[in-house]
Amino acid sequence: MTIEVTARYFAVFRERAGCETEAVSTLSRTAAELFGEVADRHGFADARDRCKVAINGALASWESALENGDEILFFPPVAGG
Amino acid sequence: MADSFSITTEAIDPESLKRALETGDAGACATFEGWVRNLNEGETVDALEYETHAAIARTEGETVIAEACRKFPILKAHGVHRVGKLEIGDCAVWVGVSSAHRGAAFDACRYIIDEIKHRLPIWKKEHYRKGATTWINCATEASGEPPTAG
Repeated sequence: MTIEVTARYFAVFRERAGCETEAVSTLSRTAAELFGEVADRHGFADARDRCKVAINGALASWESALENGDEILFFPPVAGG
Repeated sequence: MADSFSITTEAIDPESLKRALETGDAGACATFEGWVRNLNEGETVDALEYETHAAIARTEGETVIAEACRKFPILKAHGVHRVGKLEIGDCAVWVGVSSAHRGAAFDACRYIIDEIKHRLPIWKKEHYRKGATTWINCATEASGEPPTAG
């Protein structure tokens, strides 16, 4: 069964995807699975273990389960300082 | 440690931030400023653009400060990261710590800036003199190596 979520992209991911957010109907059950799906579609080049994910406004683990209506934030490798 | 870390689009004022660390029992103060430099990996840099998720960056920054307060015998600690478009010489990040003795102030200041750089959702885009731009630490193509910055 598919669920409806919103994917939000930052920095290089936003530029690659060509949009800040998109509605995604997905069979993915975890943040990691959804990352694989959108990374393939948009050509994200960074390995997942160098990236971070947040769900509904808080940092989360890649193994977090997704629920209908979630907003998933994909963060490429960070470079503060 | 609410309000111990902030994200700003305004110029950072190190002197006023430092005054907020003063307390009668402090015998040491260590501060760190990260500045925008004009050269990275041999390319002349004209400007930098920092992007963030401000709410998550602030929360994670406050977590880092709280960790430093548990790990080291310090009195006060504060951090600020600037975002938006910055120019050469601008202060991009500021960290300050006060403590009774210098060792803890140095150690905590180092811990905070290192964790900020690794953990906060902040991204840096360099604008080069030659016209190109690069997101630092991000791969440029599927098989590409990510550009790095100190």
